[in-house]
Amino acid sequence: MIEMQDVYKQYPNGVRAVNGIDVHIKQGEFVYVVGPSGAGKSTFIKMMYREELPTSGNIIINGVNLSKLRPKKVPLLRRNIGVVFQDFKLLPKLTVYENVAFTLEVIEENPKYIKKAVMETLELVNLKHKARVFPTELSGGEQQRISIARSIVNSPKVVIADEPTGNLDPETSWEIMNIFDEINTRGTTVVMATHNREIVNTIKHRVIAIEGGKIVRDQLRGDYGYEN
Amino acid sequence: MKIRTLGRHSRESLKSLARNGWMTFASVSAVTVTLILVGVFFVIMMNLNQVAKNIEEDVVIRVHIDIAANEKDQQALKQKIDQIPEVKSIVYSSKEAELDNLINSLGDEGKAFKLFEQDNPLNDVFIVKTKKPTDTMKVAKQIEKLDYAAKVKYGQGQIEKLFKFIGASRNVGLALIIGLLFTAMFLISNTIKITIVARRREIQIMRLVGATNAFIRWPFFLEGLWLGILGAVTPILLVSSAYYYAYDYLAPKLKGNFIQLIPFDPFIYQVSILLVALGALIGVWGSLMSVRKFLKI
Repeated sequence: MIEMQDVYKQYPNGVRAVNGIDVHIKQGEFVYVVGPSGAGKSTFIKMMYREELPTSGNIIINGVNLSKLRPKKVPLLRRNIGVVFQDFKLLPKLTVYENVAFTLEVIEENPKYIKKAVMETLELVNLKHKARVFPTELSGGEQQRISIARSIVNSPKVVIADEPTGNLDPETSWEIMNIFDEINTRGTTVVMATHNREIVNTIKHRVIAIEGGKIVRDQLRGDYGYEN
Repeated sequence: MKIRTLGRHSRESLKSLARNGWMTFASVSAVTVTLILVGVFFVIMMNLNQVAKNIEEDVVIRVHIDIAANEKDQQALKQKIDQIPEVKSIVYSSKEAELDNLINSLGDEGKAFKLFEQDNPLNDVFIVKTKKPTDTMKVAKQIEKLDYAAKVKYGQGQIEKLFKFIGASRNVGLALIIGLLFTAMFLISNTIKITIVARRREIQIMRLVGATNAFIRWPFFLEGLWLGILGAVTPILLVSSAYYYAYDYLAPKLKGNFIQLIPFDPFIYQVSILLVALGALIGVWGSLMSVRKFLKI
């Protein structure tokens, strides 16, 4: 599913963010990526959806080697990967419905299907009644739920989340986590970078800890392992 | 791309025009202002050009035929002039006709010349026109050498200056129009750029959910198109109504003169098409240039 072989990443300004990572994530797994700030978590995650290319090493997603993927084909890769961000990244000028439908319009799905899929997904995240509202009128938790809906509406094989609960209060964070769990039980791989100790320790999944650009711990049903 | 998607892009682009209200207004105004300038200037330039052409076309070579020439000699001379490749037409004007013209052109004072009707001192004349007005001098010199061409007149000394002046003013006008167009392009693409930079986030997200660059570009392309076309509406109305009244006012005053304005129809329609095309071109160019920056992977 997701495989990294001896991956290094050095930014043009000389910063070595990733220092030799080997990892294998199977289809249907739920993986937490933890570690202190600046440890390389974000780079690790960005390389999965090819926002960044590794300096050396191979990254293989669904059997596709990202280093050899031509730029023109990148959009096709991204259609199989849902991405969720800490700051939601919703389009403020589009309604909730349009934000979610966007993912499907991009792949030129037929309008009937789009309508059905969007409404079903909005139901999954409990925001069906807010379909006609603009994101700016919603709370942080609701916005994050839309952003999740957007990332899963085209049933990708993987959902990658970069600190999805980073901007949310504890209670809302649990709601968000429940949605991710629900997505995972439907067979979607979830990779989530997080700083939320409580969540990692309560909803047990595989934990990958990154420090100094290297994997220092990779544990099934692991703990957060850091003092906040 | 599917037709349905094109429909989607059109809808999106129109929606975004409406939702970006003020930015749309700013871009459309920029297009409007510049196209008014371009339009007014263009109409003036084209008319000046027309006047210059009228003046140029009024230039003729008058070949005075030697009194000694009999009809055969005249025919021979006519044939020889006809053989000069730059010559467009030769019109014969008898000395009687020449005298009539003279008398008419002088008005009351001309009547004094009626005395000459019995003993006409003038020459028969060939009036020669060249295909290109600027060839006048060259052709005139060739005719001078022919037999029985007593005198060749074409406004020596004056038309050289006239042609020089017309040539220079044409170049200046062209340079001004091109300069204006470039200014317009910069102004408009800058305004559009501001609106698009404000939407770089949108582009970023489109790319994240797997939109191809072409897919992202389309709505922006259409938006630029609408902006340009919307911006061309006011200039077209303004320029055409202004020209309508100006023509109405000026044309009668120029009647009978060899200088003519360009008639309203079809000229203004051509100008309108030009303005729409220009607006669309500038709008599309501006928006595509601005999007390009954000599409690099």
